[in-house]
Amino acid sequence: MNQRITIDPITRLEGHGRIEIFLDDAGEVVSAYFQVPELRGFESFCVGRQAEEMPNITNRICGVCPEAHHIAAAKALDELFGTPCLPAAARIRELIYSAFFVTDHTTHFYCLGGPDFIVGPDAPKEERNILGVIRKVGLDAGKAVIACRARNHELIKKLGGRGVHLCGALPGGWSVAVTPEIADEARQIARQNIEFALFSLETFHRIVLGNAAYRDLVQGDLYAHQTYSMGTVDAHNAPNFYDGTIRVVDPAGNEFTRYRPQEYLDHIAEHVEPWTYVKFPYLKEIGWKGFVDGPASGVYQATPLARLNVADRMATPRAQAEFERFFDAFGCRGTGPGGRNSPVHHRLATHWARLIELLYAAERMQELADHPDLCDPKVRQAVSCRAGVGIGSVEAPRGTLTHHFTCDEHGILTSVNLVVGTTNNNAPIGMSIAKAAKGLIHKGVVSDGILNRVEMAFRLYDPCCSCATHAIGTAPLEVTVRRSDDGTILDRISRG
Amino acid sequence: MPTLKPKLAMYWAASCGGCEIALANINEALLEVDAHFDFMFCPCLLDTKRADIEALPDKAIFLTLFNGALRTEENLEMAELLRRKSQLFVAFGACAASGGIPALANQHGIGHVLETVFRTSASADNPQELIPGATSPVPGGELELPAFLQRVLAVHEAVTVDYTMPGCPPEPEQIVAVIRHIASGKPLPENGTLLGCTARAVCDQCGREKRGSLAARLIRPFEALPEAGWCLAEQGFPCIGTATHGGCGALCPAVAMPCTGCYGALDQDADPGAAALSALAAVVDPGASGGKAEADIHAHLHGALAGVADPLGTFYRYTLATTVVADRRPEVEP
Repeated sequence: MNQRITIDPITRLEGHGRIEIFLDDAGEVVSAYFQVPELRGFESFCVGRQAEEMPNITNRICGVCPEAHHIAAAKALDELFGTPCLPAAARIRELIYSAFFVTDHTTHFYCLGGPDFIVGPDAPKEERNILGVIRKVGLDAGKAVIACRARNHELIKKLGGRGVHLCGALPGGWSVAVTPEIADEARQIARQNIEFALFSLETFHRIVLGNAAYRDLVQGDLYAHQTYSMGTVDAHNAPNFYDGTIRVVDPAGNEFTRYRPQEYLDHIAEHVEPWTYVKFPYLKEIGWKGFVDGPASGVYQATPLARLNVADRMATPRAQAEFERFFDAFGCRGTGPGGRNSPVHHRLATHWARLIELLYAAERMQELADHPDLCDPKVRQAVSCRAGVGIGSVEAPRGTLTHHFTCDEHGILTSVNLVVGTTNNNAPIGMSIAKAAKGLIHKGVVSDGILNRVEMAFRLYDPCCSCATHAIGTAPLEVTVRRSDDGTILDRISRG
Repeated sequence: MPTLKPKLAMYWAASCGGCEIALANINEALLEVDAHFDFMFCPCLLDTKRADIEALPDKAIFLTLFNGALRTEENLEMAELLRRKSQLFVAFGACAASGGIPALANQHGIGHVLETVFRTSASADNPQELIPGATSPVPGGELELPAFLQRVLAVHEAVTVDYTMPGCPPEPEQIVAVIRHIASGKPLPENGTLLGCTARAVCDQCGREKRGSLAARLIRPFEALPEAGWCLAEQGFPCIGTATHGGCGALCPAVAMPCTGCYGALDQDADPGAAALSALAAVVDPGASGGKAEADIHAHLHGALAGVADPLGTFYRYTLATTVVADRRPEVEP
């Protein structure tokens, strides 16, 4: 008698996700699916719009990472209009982007992913939340989280016009220059961010890596996947979130390919499945071989962990020290091809990687804030539109983000294609969920602890929308075990 | 542990999560929210299920902040459910109020959306030309997806809305003010009132000077460098602040970018886009027409207005669900 387990809803970045698990007669998992039951269709309704409005329309794809869409669209416009970005404007864009990375990673670590580890994977469910985190690390830490989000959002608002859907991007520039007062503030915020990042890493080492239950989870096989990794790097193969070359390494750590964002269509395609509204990007050179691991499968991940896997180093000193510590901890430092690090395949390590990126973003922000020409007024230029193609890409917190526009001679868009951060990881998310479900669910038995561990497989990829100040509880979950032939409910377990 | 505090719910339909982030951005004031309300449903944050909401008595929730437009049957069902369970139901943010950015899809309809996303987009690999849909057989069973509505709806088109709070997203200061007012127990305004915005235009809060001059022509934001301190519309930039509710603090003009109208049309009785178009056209110098040939007059006006190359995306950017212009029958799908 086949059974089916439905987990609905789970929380995801843009609303609503669902997990369906099918069991065989013996109650063992046959298959599991991660479904996204929503679609707004930006690629369709952006056609016919004025190209210069793309930063202000596509930022509405996501209110959690509007900065990523705003800046990716701006970079696509630079190329579309043939107007390279003015140096001062590029610095402002990257300064905003660094502040954004700090807020985004902070939110995820303290409110979404972190509770499972800081409080503990087996803690009572009512403790696995931001309040539990604060109880564990102290009220001062909670206030520090609020303060971190507040100061960075305020800076984004001052330079970009708005706290959520910023509006400063223009082809080849930015709408306003940095004033001396804002420059002073940015320098101060950057230093506070570095302190906060170091505190967060210290917390992680003390509470998380000191927690045997978590160590067993992170070093075990349950959450491990051997896929390709993708990320944007600079000329020295250090991660850069704003600009660079896209590098892909294979599961053993060999460089598989590197390409300019403009060449993405030679390397990436998106497979379609009839049961979800989100597509499945894969490496074209290898092909779509289904939801499988290994070098023969075109599945790749683009996450904080992937970005460390493709990197040879970090571009800032404190992040470099932590980068070395990270690969040492997994026995991967220098053990790969040509003395590179071997990739870390334990996906729960993504949480640690995210904090290393938090530190890098804070240090990079300091470099930009200290730039002698930060207040250069030449940020905006008068340009003209032309028919053509523009492709822009950044590293969003959740992966490589590409905006691809074509327009006519009036600057009216004739086509839009978007490969979005989270979309890159659609196949890996499904694979991680399936593997966790197969490893955890036996003889048809499910429990709260099992649900949490299935959910952890999903959560490590997805920062989701979150509240850094007062989130209570975990993602809502209900599991219904039904007979697949007549739908009879055999068991129902809620986590709440 | 049961609580006597009034229940507060927040839900997202076809939205981006920006409304939730705007709520998070009230920072320490969230502690006030917790002090006054039992914040008990928010799929983004809280461990409450749809079944828990279904199990509540009608009107058990004191206040629901519903953000996002209605794009799928599931969005519609959740709007109906939360309306039934709530004493006060607020359409929160531009998408809920008037369709927002997702309603731009109404220009072409859902068929065009599916065709573009899954078949013709540059990176789509779909040799079988699959369009994801209602039921798919897979190994082990069948998977279902919610169906799309024929067009994106503003929430008030489907359920009765007590109040509307505009903005994309609403500004945190306005959210705090509204929540404090409701928590204070002070009398609520009459149903249908707009909350968290002013009765005057964005211009009222804008620091840029109006000099009373007319623009020679409309210009696109990339075409020229705006003069500091001077009204953007009078310089020819397509700023529709004159036709838009204030309350945001005129944030976009403060960084030398035109208002795009996210706080909604000031004139609640007019077609929103038509009102914005009229307001903007009023700042353009029509030029002298005496003695000129009709074709020359037309050519002059055409040139003067060419700075808005996409009227629909400019004037109806957040309001296409509520315009009468786009309310046509959906195309018959082949």
